[in-house]
Amino acid sequence: MIIGSVLGAFLLLGLLGIIFNRLPQLHALVYAGCMVLCAILVGDGVYHVLHAGREEIPAVVLPFGLPWLKAHFRLDNLSAFFLVVINFPGALTSLFGIGYGAHVPGARRVTPLYPLFLFGMNGVLIADDAFVFLVSWEFMSLSSWLLVLADHTNAEARKAAMVYLVMAAFGTFCLLPAFGLMAGHDGAYGFAQMRLAHLTPLAGGLVVLLALIGAGSKAGLVPLHVWLPLAHPAAPSHVSALMSGVMTKVAVYGLIRILFDLRGDISWKWGFVIMVVGALTAVMGVLYAMFQRDLKTLLAYSTVENVGIIFIALGLAAAFRDHGAMTLSALALVAALYHVVNHALFKTLLFLGSGAVLASTGERRLDRLGGLLNRMPVTGLTFLIGAAAISALPPLNGFVSEWLIFQSLFQGPTVAHWAMRFGVPVVGVAMALAAAFAGTCFVRAAGIVFLGRPRSPEATAAVEVPLSMQLAMAIPAVLCLGLGVFPVMVTAGIATVIEPLVGVQMPAALLGWPWLSPVSPTAGSYSATMVLLTAIGLTLTTVLVVHHWGSRRVRRAPAWDCGHPEQIVNAQYSADSFAQPLRRVFGSVAFGAEETVEMPSPGDLAPARFTLRMIDPVWDGLYAALLWLVNAIADRVNRLQFLTIRRYLLLMFATLIVLLLVVAVRQQ
Amino acid sequence: MTALLFGIIHTWLVVGFAPLITGVVRLTKARLQGRRGATVLQPYRDLWRLLKKESVVADSASWMFRLAPYGIFVAVWLAATTMPTFTTYMILTPAADLIALVALLATARFFTALAGLDVGTAFGGLGASREMFVASIAEPAMLTVTFSLSLVAHTTSPAAIANFVLGGHVGLQVSFGLALGALVMVAIAENGRIPIDNPATHLELTMVHEAMVLEYSGRHLALLEAAGMTRLLLYMSVIVCLFFPWGLAGPESGPGGLLIGLFAWLGKVLVMAVGLGLFESLIAKMRVFRVADFLGGALLLALLATIFLYVAEAV
Repeated sequence: MIIGSVLGAFLLLGLLGIIFNRLPQLHALVYAGCMVLCAILVGDGVYHVLHAGREEIPAVVLPFGLPWLKAHFRLDNLSAFFLVVINFPGALTSLFGIGYGAHVPGARRVTPLYPLFLFGMNGVLIADDAFVFLVSWEFMSLSSWLLVLADHTNAEARKAAMVYLVMAAFGTFCLLPAFGLMAGHDGAYGFAQMRLAHLTPLAGGLVVLLALIGAGSKAGLVPLHVWLPLAHPAAPSHVSALMSGVMTKVAVYGLIRILFDLRGDISWKWGFVIMVVGALTAVMGVLYAMFQRDLKTLLAYSTVENVGIIFIALGLAAAFRDHGAMTLSALALVAALYHVVNHALFKTLLFLGSGAVLASTGERRLDRLGGLLNRMPVTGLTFLIGAAAISALPPLNGFVSEWLIFQSLFQGPTVAHWAMRFGVPVVGVAMALAAAFAGTCFVRAAGIVFLGRPRSPEATAAVEVPLSMQLAMAIPAVLCLGLGVFPVMVTAGIATVIEPLVGVQMPAALLGWPWLSPVSPTAGSYSATMVLLTAIGLTLTTVLVVHHWGSRRVRRAPAWDCGHPEQIVNAQYSADSFAQPLRRVFGSVAFGAEETVEMPSPGDLAPARFTLRMIDPVWDGLYAALLWLVNAIADRVNRLQFLTIRRYLLLMFATLIVLLLVVAVRQQ
Repeated sequence: MTALLFGIIHTWLVVGFAPLITGVVRLTKARLQGRRGATVLQPYRDLWRLLKKESVVADSASWMFRLAPYGIFVAVWLAATTMPTFTTYMILTPAADLIALVALLATARFFTALAGLDVGTAFGGLGASREMFVASIAEPAMLTVTFSLSLVAHTTSPAAIANFVLGGHVGLQVSFGLALGALVMVAIAENGRIPIDNPATHLELTMVHEAMVLEYSGRHLALLEAAGMTRLLLYMSVIVCLFFPWGLAGPESGPGGLLIGLFAWLGKVLVMAVGLGLFESLIAKMRVFRVADFLGGALLLALLATIFLYVAEAV
């Protein structure tokens, strides 16, 4: 009831946005409205998770949609959980949008579409039949596509939108037969009937594959990720935050709904496949991110990495479940959903931070920024917290979910098959590499943008953004700490959510509340609360000791820099030079990175030049070949357009004969 | 209550002995180079001298630069506080396992690298970039070592692994040997010792850690130096605890057991310090890009340690 009216209100806001398009106050009003609506949905979701968690929620049937199939809606634990995950960042981006939305390029096109995008994402969550699910899914895709295209004068945005549209269509094209196979011959499109359906192993496997491709293309699984780093940064920053932090989570929701709810019998082999694809995605995503020169593209690639980490845990959960290790399956699923929450929080925070930087300096290129921490203290501090959280540093939230995923990975060899036993350590190495690279990547991002000396006049002139935007970044920053320090509360909540899916209640803490020890009391534990309390105690001791016995004098002086300080700001390390050692070791393998230095001959006054060439193995290797194939086929088929009428008639006649033959054979 | 007491004693023990260990390493190297060398107490005097000096902060530095040394020192100290030295019976032992240890040290490194970038000098950036490069391979190697140990001992807690080893369940295992090799290589890299980095140099292009903290002086530098010394002792204690835990006191040990634990730990750590000095005197510094091979080797050793477990099982 509440959700229905809120969704209606989203549509209404979109409509208002279209009608009163020229009103200058429109932007703030629409975003404020969205913020309130999202907050209501968050409240509703939290209420369902906490209170109504265990009772059966009846499905709501509304009389629209296809004539023989009414629209079914239902809010169960999983939907309620994702309702919170989607709408909390939604409320934050709306709050950010109040101050930001009026100043983005193409603001008059962005504002009406923004509530519609939220409408689409929420629709996916409460759908209880394939029809509503797919229609909402497409609504979400198309509205975000239009948002990417908002700045349509920009050629890059047009290209991004084109690639996005093709990939989104491809994703839905895969989801459609997946639901079709589950519905069976009778066309039972309701989720309730699908749960009872029995599929042949072949059809069951096909469903998993199609769902993985369909949802994976939206989530950004390698090699289906190519649209993501183009499309997410092209949209205005608060929309980028929604697309990266939230829309990828809708895709994760779709996959969990299909793999863990609608289909109960996924073979562990599929779990293994998902895990390996996740590991590949995590490592490739962060490697791409490390070498980006554009802040928003870097963040988008980092989303690819985090989606990979989530998929590793999802694959593990599926493998454990097939093996009968239900508690471990619950642990892996809790870890996955914990990371879903965390990534939704810190990626929203980081994208909003990049939006604040963009609003203040007009720059996204790392090498044009620098020294912003002194000029934008709140943005800088919150961005640093977000960077530390995404680098999985204790006591912030990113560490807790990665710790849980490592703990469940370490239990992976429980599935006694050689593929798992040899595969899991390799996946573990991949995950460890991804975690370490993420740290490097975000030292680079935060260090180059916010520290050092400003590298351009725009960065020198930067000022802090308005209060509403600061608040939108401060809230997730505080929560990154909160969810990191009180992890047991979060795991207990998530354990309730997934109880219907795995059938066991995961013990939230075996050692009592401050200790997170999921596997057994002796198998490793972590207590963020104790770590934080001890850290506070040690900090106080250190400060007291240093200030009691040490000198308190501080003198400001020019930087020493080994005795020959450079006044030129470009003598600082740049984004490219920071990544150089890793580019030399990993970039040459993964991206064929080549560096060439052209030194002029002695006495020549021409400047020396440094060029860097990198290729994108996925785009150049896979998609270029696909494009070539499509073009080649199109060229052949093109001849059909220039036939004589006689030939057309002949073709029609032949088609008719063939179809009649098919019908005749089927009826035999 | 005793656990709390031991925890507090331990907390001061790791910081108190850290400069001594560094002094022993330096003295060993000096003697091997034919010098008389400073006494083993010299690091304490150095820290005291730095503490008393005024701190010079670059004009272009932000607040990050002044806060970072405290954060770094506390992160390393905290990591050292949770890892067992003379007893496993401490209040904070279950608060962090080996994964958390890696992450706590990563926190310290994160802030060191940011502080290196903060002033906006070429040297600071160079150090930060190289430090993160080394860590990008060393950290996964350390996590893989944790993985292989947890496969053998079914736990990631160092105290529990020590108990497992003490229980005599290990014997001579190839996996344990490989994991030890990998962990030692990681420890050398993480502490910036030869052949990865040279802690004694200041003006060389090969430097990593020293380049990051080049702008620091006075009490800030004292904190960073103390953090470095504590990290060295921490890694030694972890290696001792995981692979040579003999003498380690448990919850049931009486005062005698505790004393044995204390002296056993101190003896083992001193032997390792002399060994480190000897090793550093025998080997030359590596080129920066050879570090990837060295640490890649550590990573593969650790991975082999996990794989060998199953090979051994299958044969």
